[in-house]
Amino acid sequence: MDFTLLMFRVLASAALVCGILVILCRNAVHSALFLVGVFISVAGIYVVVGAEFLAVVQVLVYAGGILVLFLFVIMLVGKDAMVGKRRMRLLATVGTILIILFGLLMAQQLNVAGEGGTTGPDADSTRLGNIERVGLALFQDYILPFEVASVLLLVAMVGAIVLAREAY
Amino acid sequence: MIPTSEVLIFSMALLCIGVLGVLTRRNAIVILMSIEMILNAANINFIAFSQTLNNLVGQIFGVFVIVVAAAEAAVGLAIVIALYRNRGTINVDEINLMKW
Repeated sequence: MDFTLLMFRVLASAALVCGILVILCRNAVHSALFLVGVFISVAGIYVVVGAEFLAVVQVLVYAGGILVLFLFVIMLVGKDAMVGKRRMRLLATVGTILIILFGLLMAQQLNVAGEGGTTGPDADSTRLGNIERVGLALFQDYILPFEVASVLLLVAMVGAIVLAREAY
Repeated sequence: MIPTSEVLIFSMALLCIGVLGVLTRRNAIVILMSIEMILNAANINFIAFSQTLNNLVGQIFGVFVIVVAAAEAAVGLAIVIALYRNRGTINVDEINLMKW
């Protein structure tokens, strides 16, 4: 078997196992720690698939930023706020079965669809590395969405501060 | 080169796990974590097609998806804190002020 394919399968299995553990753990801190596993595995998959820049961004933003935010909020809120009576067992069970069926159906469809890749225009792919190409595209063709994204982050920051502030 | 169908099946499985978490868990923080997993699954789709079609736009979109995910996590967790301060719980079953 090809080495990259083997790596992909190992990382995908790790991500799926961690993902299942995220939603199965009763303790939210354990969920957050397994979420790190999901993010790191997905970053590895980005590397295997050839998106190195996104892999670095994934580790920095998700594993470095968002996860710390989650852990801080878990600490602030405390453990006692999370216990509640378990309701809707039946609905959850039926929903689980339906989602698993949906997944199997989609997997079958994807296998039927097969490989239909065409080669698009990407002339610089041999000369430049992934990070250079992403940077060039981001600052030349997609400069306006890039700036809009920065404004979005600013708005989110202000909104988060206002929402979490002590007194209104 | 990884077969695109395998990457798509993996991302679909991750999406299903995320949807399952959103629907079955009652802890608001774990629901936000599941939403992050769903966004990650969408991102993997972008990257897979970026590889298959040899086109960089998918990776650019991936950067923007990560930006939106970061903004969503910040605002969502701020809402969780405000919720806990006002109602004393983050169990979404007990937060039913707008339910009829």
